[in-house]
Amino acid sequence: MADTPITAARTRPSGRVGQFIHRLRGGDEVAHLITLMCAASIIAVTVMLVYQLYINSSLPRHKFGFEFFLGRTWDPVSGDFGALPFIYGTLVSSALALLLAVPLGVGAAVFLSELAPPRISTATTFVIELLAAVPSVIYGLLGIFVLIPILRKPVMPFLKHTLGFLPLFKGPIYGVSMLAAGVVLAIMIVPFIISVSREVLLAVPVEQREAALGLGATKWESTWQIVVPFARVGIFASIFLALARALGETMAVTMVIGNDPKISASLFAPGYSIAAVIANEFTEATGDLYLQALIELGLVLFLLTILINGLARLVIIATTQKGAARG
Amino acid sequence: MNLRMAWRKSLNIVMLSLTGVCALFTVSVLFFILGYLLWYGGKSLNWAFFTNLPAPVGETGGGMANAIVGSGKLMLLASLVGIPIGVLGGVYLAEFGGQTFSFLVRYTTDLLNGVPSIVMGIFAYTIIVLPMKHFSALAGGAALGVMMIPIAVRTTEESLRGVPLVLREGALALGTSKWRTVATVVMPAAIRGIVTGVMLTIARVAGETAPLLFTALSNKFWSSGWNQPIASLPVMIYTYAVGPYDDWHRQAWAAGLVLLGFVLLANVGARMMVSRGMAGGR
Repeated sequence: MADTPITAARTRPSGRVGQFIHRLRGGDEVAHLITLMCAASIIAVTVMLVYQLYINSSLPRHKFGFEFFLGRTWDPVSGDFGALPFIYGTLVSSALALLLAVPLGVGAAVFLSELAPPRISTATTFVIELLAAVPSVIYGLLGIFVLIPILRKPVMPFLKHTLGFLPLFKGPIYGVSMLAAGVVLAIMIVPFIISVSREVLLAVPVEQREAALGLGATKWESTWQIVVPFARVGIFASIFLALARALGETMAVTMVIGNDPKISASLFAPGYSIAAVIANEFTEATGDLYLQALIELGLVLFLLTILINGLARLVIIATTQKGAARG
Repeated sequence: MNLRMAWRKSLNIVMLSLTGVCALFTVSVLFFILGYLLWYGGKSLNWAFFTNLPAPVGETGGGMANAIVGSGKLMLLASLVGIPIGVLGGVYLAEFGGQTFSFLVRYTTDLLNGVPSIVMGIFAYTIIVLPMKHFSALAGGAALGVMMIPIAVRTTEESLRGVPLVLREGALALGTSKWRTVATVVMPAAIRGIVTGVMLTIARVAGETAPLLFTALSNKFWSSGWNQPIASLPVMIYTYAVGPYDDWHRQAWAAGLVLLGFVLLANVGARMMVSRGMAGGR
């Protein structure tokens, strides 16, 4: 009599379905399944994204093939689409942004990790991370109404006067230009370079600094010849991450680059970027070929940023493993 | 010898102060942005901005009430898509996940985080706008929702991993099933981190413009339904800033101030919550 409840508890429902239901009743399997489905849906969404971009750009891919990347005319009326001016604009504005942002970012990161007292360093990093949170449309707003007037009045005439013999600084001054896009992008990506580089620099062992200083190096020599080279891989990773952001940045660039699909050597001339042309022309794209040409541009942009991001990710994985092995 | 020493010392001082200048410049950019928006936005901000519809072209005045409500609706839709998937996906990675599949999920999440926002707009366009043949709030919300997932996953996983193993073992030893342990012991212990992540990701998508341009489009009036175009603050700022009218520019500044205020407050709030949580925990 006494063991009846025990046997009752031990009785397992027979059959496959019965067992499944029994396990479900515990709840663990259900929870596992639900969270698994959410995790799997992340993969599903990403796969679907790539698939949609690919399938919806078949028309121009078949019509133009590789020529799409080399064509210099973008003429929706006659249905002739070449992406070169946009690819050029995207690459040049991003390169310009890196040129300005890397010295500024690495310099600031060195200051925050090597010189600033911890409290100031933390507070400053906090402010810089807020800078990364400012929406890009606000950078565009300030770009139009603050940066471009500054560039048009003192900066560009000055550059033309002093460096005008270079093809980079020739031609009429409009204000909206590749240079404006580069400057806005630079300001937008500096926070990413600083916050990653600072952490990498802080992770450099103190012994490295002490050894250099002990040999009679000045603070700057120890920083520049010992600490920064030690952290160089991580710094490169931060630069790659920043580059990926610059390539995909849409609003701020659209608002200041001038939106003119021409390839010009001068930084004063207006240009166009991949993201900007998508933003401007997508809603008014008439006809499947036009729309799909824009979607193919989106695919190009996607692959470009994925490539750069992947490189950065690899660098980070490689360095952290090295770091772990050393520690 | 002495000359060389003097050179090295002066180089030391010059370069070190240059790094200081770099840091100072970057920080001053934020204060410049804040100051400029407060000054120009504050001048144009008035009560009508929050209560009125946009004025017809050519008339001055009006407000952006529909865009503020529209942004709120889009955030709501995005949260409905992004937060459950993101948070539960993070729970899976931290509590249930195995080796290979978890690696795949993490990698894809990073990938998704790097997708340019304009491409996310194209994605939502192809899967929602094309079949429905309609620009809609739903499409905009979906685009923003997908953008929310990566940060939500990452912060949830990290904060769950921060919960000591002892808590889990204690609960399991008392005979609690695994899901109850996760739901009633581990999640509450990590709730601060999770909420912070959610706030950060909402703040991130609140300012996104590019994915809305051809999904939610915009609307000069109140949106009449979830499958209709809807106005949002970022898109209004863009349209008004590139428009030709001075009054539009003033409105754009005001809207910029409201948007930036919201984004920065959410960020500061989230980060303060984290630091206080840490102080309390130790």
